[in-house]
Amino acid sequence: MPTVGVKRDLLFEALGRSYTDEEFNDLCFEFGLELDEVTSEKDIISKEKGEGKAEGASETVLYKIDVPANRYDLLCLEGLVRGLQVFKERINLPRYEKIIPAKGEGQKMIITEETVKIRPYAVAAVLRNITFTKERYDSFIDLQEKLHQNICRRRALVAIGTHDLDTISGPFTFTAKAPSEIKFKPLNQSQEYTASQIMDLYRTDSHLRHYLHLIENKPRYPVIFDSNGVVLSMPPIINGDHSKISLKTRNVFIECTGTDMTKAKIVLDIIVTMFSEYCEKQFTVEAVEVTYPNGKTHICPELAYRKEKVKPELINKKLGISETPSSLAKLLTRMCLSSHVTGNGNNIEVEIPPTRADVIHACDIVEDAAIAYGYNNIQMVIPKTYTIANQLPLNKLTELLRLDLAAAGFTEALTFALCSTEDIADKLGMDISATNAVHIANPKTAEFQVARTTLLPGLLKTIAANRKMPLPLKLFEISDIVVKDPTKDVGARNYRHLCAIYYNKSPGFEIIHGLLDRVMQLLEVPPNEENGYTIKATEAAIQKLSRDDMEIPCSSTDIGI
Amino acid sequence: MSPSVAELLLQRLERTPPGPEGGLCSLEAAAALGLDHQTLVGAVKSLQALGEVIEAETRATTRWELSAEGEEVLRDGSPEVRLFRSVPSEGLPQSDAMKLPGAQVGFSKAMANKWLRLDKGAPGGPRIFRAVDAVQDVVQSSLRQVQEGNGSSLSERERTDLKRRKLLLEVTLKSYWIRKGSAFSTAVVRQETDLTPEMIATGSWRKLPFKAYNFSALGLPPTCGHLHPLLKVRSQLRQIFLEMGFTEMPTDNFVESSFWNFDALFQPQQHPARDQHDTFFLQDPAEAPELPANYMARVKKVHSQGGYGSQGYKYEWKVEEARKNLLRTHTTSASARALYHLARQGKFTPVKYFSIDRVFRNESLDATHLAEFHQVEGVVADRGLTLGHLMGTLQQFFTKLGISKLRFKPAYNPYTEPSMEVFSYHEGLKKWVEVGNSGVFRPELLLPMGLPESVSVIAWGLSLERPTMIKYGINNIRELVGHRVNLQMIYDNPLCRLDA
Repeated sequence: MPTVGVKRDLLFEALGRSYTDEEFNDLCFEFGLELDEVTSEKDIISKEKGEGKAEGASETVLYKIDVPANRYDLLCLEGLVRGLQVFKERINLPRYEKIIPAKGEGQKMIITEETVKIRPYAVAAVLRNITFTKERYDSFIDLQEKLHQNICRRRALVAIGTHDLDTISGPFTFTAKAPSEIKFKPLNQSQEYTASQIMDLYRTDSHLRHYLHLIENKPRYPVIFDSNGVVLSMPPIINGDHSKISLKTRNVFIECTGTDMTKAKIVLDIIVTMFSEYCEKQFTVEAVEVTYPNGKTHICPELAYRKEKVKPELINKKLGISETPSSLAKLLTRMCLSSHVTGNGNNIEVEIPPTRADVIHACDIVEDAAIAYGYNNIQMVIPKTYTIANQLPLNKLTELLRLDLAAAGFTEALTFALCSTEDIADKLGMDISATNAVHIANPKTAEFQVARTTLLPGLLKTIAANRKMPLPLKLFEISDIVVKDPTKDVGARNYRHLCAIYYNKSPGFEIIHGLLDRVMQLLEVPPNEENGYTIKATEAAIQKLSRDDMEIPCSSTDIGI
Repeated sequence: MSPSVAELLLQRLERTPPGPEGGLCSLEAAAALGLDHQTLVGAVKSLQALGEVIEAETRATTRWELSAEGEEVLRDGSPEVRLFRSVPSEGLPQSDAMKLPGAQVGFSKAMANKWLRLDKGAPGGPRIFRAVDAVQDVVQSSLRQVQEGNGSSLSERERTDLKRRKLLLEVTLKSYWIRKGSAFSTAVVRQETDLTPEMIATGSWRKLPFKAYNFSALGLPPTCGHLHPLLKVRSQLRQIFLEMGFTEMPTDNFVESSFWNFDALFQPQQHPARDQHDTFFLQDPAEAPELPANYMARVKKVHSQGGYGSQGYKYEWKVEEARKNLLRTHTTSASARALYHLARQGKFTPVKYFSIDRVFRNESLDATHLAEFHQVEGVVADRGLTLGHLMGTLQQFFTKLGISKLRFKPAYNPYTEPSMEVFSYHEGLKKWVEVGNSGVFRPELLLPMGLPESVSVIAWGLSLERPTMIKYGINNIRELVGHRVNLQMIYDNPLCRLDA
């Protein structure tokens, strides 16, 4: 869940009133946000780097607000305020407008064929006559970062570049070139570098190094030029210094390039809807014409309004409420879904704005009605669903058996299902290939290399961690192990195992043997050759005994000292 | 037979005058009898056990003793005086002086007392000179006073100073003041501890003195096995679900395909949870050999193009992603399998399902997060279920868990809509804490399975570890789960009564 940090006083000023922390927390809760932390820059620095380092840092109160992962429209102060103000009916929903310049006057971007293999999609837009202040500028940069981290999947799906349009001149070309052919001064650097040098430059950069892998091994890197050959950006790594925006920037050219067209469109829509608020003509965006290698042109941003019809009774039925169609339409309008009743009250027409890409089905509209109605105002009802409960036979047996094992004086352990290859193989004198174990591809440590194929290592480790306890130690565990099994749809399966262990100064094979006999007695398996069980000696560290086709791993021999 | 220590003590005690003043000090008695004090204390305790024969009151006496170093100072003088005396009138190079025994301490003390001065600029290096003609060894004479038993005449400050210099030790001695008891007698009578068949047969029990039971001591713990605390809570949760009429789902496959774990749940293929950072993917078996072809085609369509009233996610859905095997990140994959199975039965029958089993996350580990934990999940499928039904079910479920004050927060889950986080008011923490997550399954999940459109499925989930940690006041999850658990904690763990 992304967390947005906003200055409290700035937030309250924009909301037109102030709240106590508790009041604001309640408002967040109602709206589906979470006031995660009340802090300040000073607090953050002293927590991370120590008290002394925070000297002189700002004490302005910051609110850290958790935003649902699909609500990109709430990732900045502008969006949060707009959402809450509409929710509280203090402002009307703004209408976002795309202005298409007269023929030949608008900005153009041409995508060449070379991009297809690395980053095939691009969209762009212009914010005209915008007024930045320090706060607005910071918020603009922050929003791009939040989008990069979330919907853009750390720039893999989409990367955003924003430029001072007055420093560059279109038409712009989005192409891909060999790293040696790209040379420019990257953002906030003092000299020009080739693309290869740029990659080396950022290899140790705490922020940018995470994106290098996205293009590093490709023969060509994506790059955007203006008509004079000035490099705007080398997505998804870095923008050029030449076109960087500042507080004085009046006209912003925004490009989003990526590997996912839908996401690129959403990202561009979010940026322009959020910040067109500061344009001279509020909530307007100037369109850019983007031409693809196949000659098709797209007018960006999409900024699409979609209409959906929803039956009022559907909303009432799904939520367990009984509101009139007009009051439901009002609830939805409070969620930025402008709605009105159509026909003779049979339908509600809902308009989904470009900011709400998360609304993809009627169920999303139903949820918004529920939020505006107030989850905690909905009447709780116990469903009349009549069913007879059944236990899973395997779990039922497990529950019965563990009670009797405890009654036999053994204590239940609970050990990890994941372990190292060493635990299940080398340490038990077995070869790993003989274990038929399931291997994990991306373990962070050796503790998570494989799923256990036997419960024994976990119990032995439990004993090792409890050497201070008075002897004897008698432990058992009934739990699942995992082995490969090509007959299963996923190629592996669990088996429920029982393992018990007896640990004392003197070996007491008869004790563990006695427990086995007791378990067999409980399971009604007699100790005989014909239809029961027998014990045979084996060379393996783990002794096994068999009955019919069933293999019962018996606990290890006792361990003496 | 020579009299026992106890008898010797009683004989001495008999000679003391009666009344509150009469009595013996155990230290003095031990000295007088030529016994080790501990031996005498043993006798006092055994006499106390006999009842009212004696009364003994503990006393603590503090005494000052010289440490080994203190003894040395008493013999040879304090380090500062010794150093002062070693410095001739023409002075001594500092480097030479520092080689003398005890010179480090002596130098700093003598300088502090202004007995010596240091000339740093002297030819041949820094040199020490006497600053006064003669000095008194106050430390030595103080220690002598202590040695002679007059330690109490020293001032508090002097004693503290000597103690800090580790020359004096404060020794606390525990002793008894012993007086005659109400049943005082010089003869020690052995009391019987157990009633035997012989005593009953002969009737001797009538005359024998019996030792009283000691109720202040604990009894002998029974030898027994113990159930694990987390699994005790698991049993109770199973019980709650069974009481509510929920049927247990099979969850016996830790290995799951991405298809069932994510795609079937309408979780898009670029979702962050499908990152290497969050999920354990498998190297072997890396791919699921078998996926349900027809169903998968419907899932592919709803992801990439939409359908069933949905816009879909509009991206290129890849079967290779769906085939990737992993360790399931939630038991909702098992719920998806159960619902698919239900849909394939033809005629729909309402169901209530539950499961409690392990799930795996490749996350960073801390005091409350491990790479594996248990997920508790409940699912109800029926026609016409509402969000109000979900809240009513949650209210019943959590009340059985001992949590009745609930409130619900709108939330986002990829596979439920509406979604709600469940909060409960924690009396201890004085705040609302999240206790579970819930929602109504999306139509994009249910309809491709083949469930009728009129059917709603409500579901909720929580971890087993978190309520267990809160219940038993455990702060570090490693103290609860895994091999590093302290077995004593399992031995001592009480019954799991969730609503008590």
